Amino acid sequence: MTGWSDATIWTIIVALGVGTFTIRFSFLGLLGDRDLPDWLLRHLRYTAVAILPALVTPMVLWPNATGGQTDPARLTAAILALAVGYWTKNAIATIGTGLAALFALQALGV
Amino acid sequence: MASSTTAYWRGIRAALPFLLVVAPFGMLFGVVGTEAGLNLAQVMGFSVVIIAGAAQFTAVQLMQEQAPTLIVLASALAVNLRMAMYAASLAPHLGPAPGWQRILIAYFNVDGTYALSHMEYEAKPALALSEKVGFYMGTATVICFPWYVATWIGAVLGASIPAGLSIDFAVPVAFMSFFAPALRTLPHVAAAVTAIILAILLQGVPYSLWILLAGAGGMIVGAELERRMAK
Repeated sequence: MTGWSDATIWTIIVALGVGTFTIRFSFLGLLGDRDLPDWLLRHLRYTAVAILPALVTPMVLWPNATGGQTDPARLTAAILALAVGYWTKNAIATIGTGLAALFALQALGV
Repeated sequence: MASSTTAYWRGIRAALPFLLVVAPFGMLFGVVGTEAGLNLAQVMGFSVVIIAGAAQFTAVQLMQEQAPTLIVLASALAVNLRMAMYAASLAPHLGPAPGWQRILIAYFNVDGTYALSHMEYEAKPALALSEKVGFYMGTATVICFPWYVATWIGAVLGASIPAGLSIDFAVPVAFMSFFAPALRTLPHVAAAVTAIILAILLQGVPYSLWILLAGAGGMIVGAELERRMAK
């Protein structure tokens, strides 16, 4: 990978492995079944629905594949996928809608 | 047959539909990692050592953008913070398990194994500890081992996938499939909308710090709204 030595890549893999395991083990392994403060649990409840949308936003608005130019086909397909995911609560329907919509829009020349 | 064995097979059956997500998502990581220039051992290292799809994609994406190592680590780990909540929520059920089992349980703690097992424990509070562990390991067998295999297939096939297929788009769509179905309440939606707006406004912040800032902002808004609505 450009700009990254093998040693650095493996350092990242191992550090992420150790860090991720620590997060997963945390409240299960170290604290057993002790109660955690409400404010902490309340914030942790929103990690997935905050961090993942943040990550997705630039990928959808300024995709690398189009050199950072907003692509109407990708944007439309993403909004459709999000809507279907929200209404159906179904992961596979979300992925299927997004990919099918993009292929259809590209076939139509959008 | 021991009741823990029965529970193990029940876990396997419950997890089977997840193969429809795990297989393509794992292959996608293999393809994306290989196209980013990682070798086969490194791609497999990500999937076996870290075993967390969204964090793996985040790390590879930031490495391609030449972000500093510390930012790569902090951002990918932030993506995995939700697993602290999974661990906390499993603790009353699996906390009493022996140490070596808790180590395995922690390693296999991913969205799918957590969601299925937690649902099972809530639905059947009378399950014995060994049955709870058995069920969990059943879900892990179906969700985690195919993750490795799918990554390997993707990495090996990667080079032969035509560029015109817009496979890049599968990454954001797969992320959406994780969070869109989780938008169950107004605070969830508020957290997501806040994070999206902050992600747009903060793009100029150096070192890709916008990921952490937008994520933290969304979490605070969601948690605060939940607290106010509960009053």
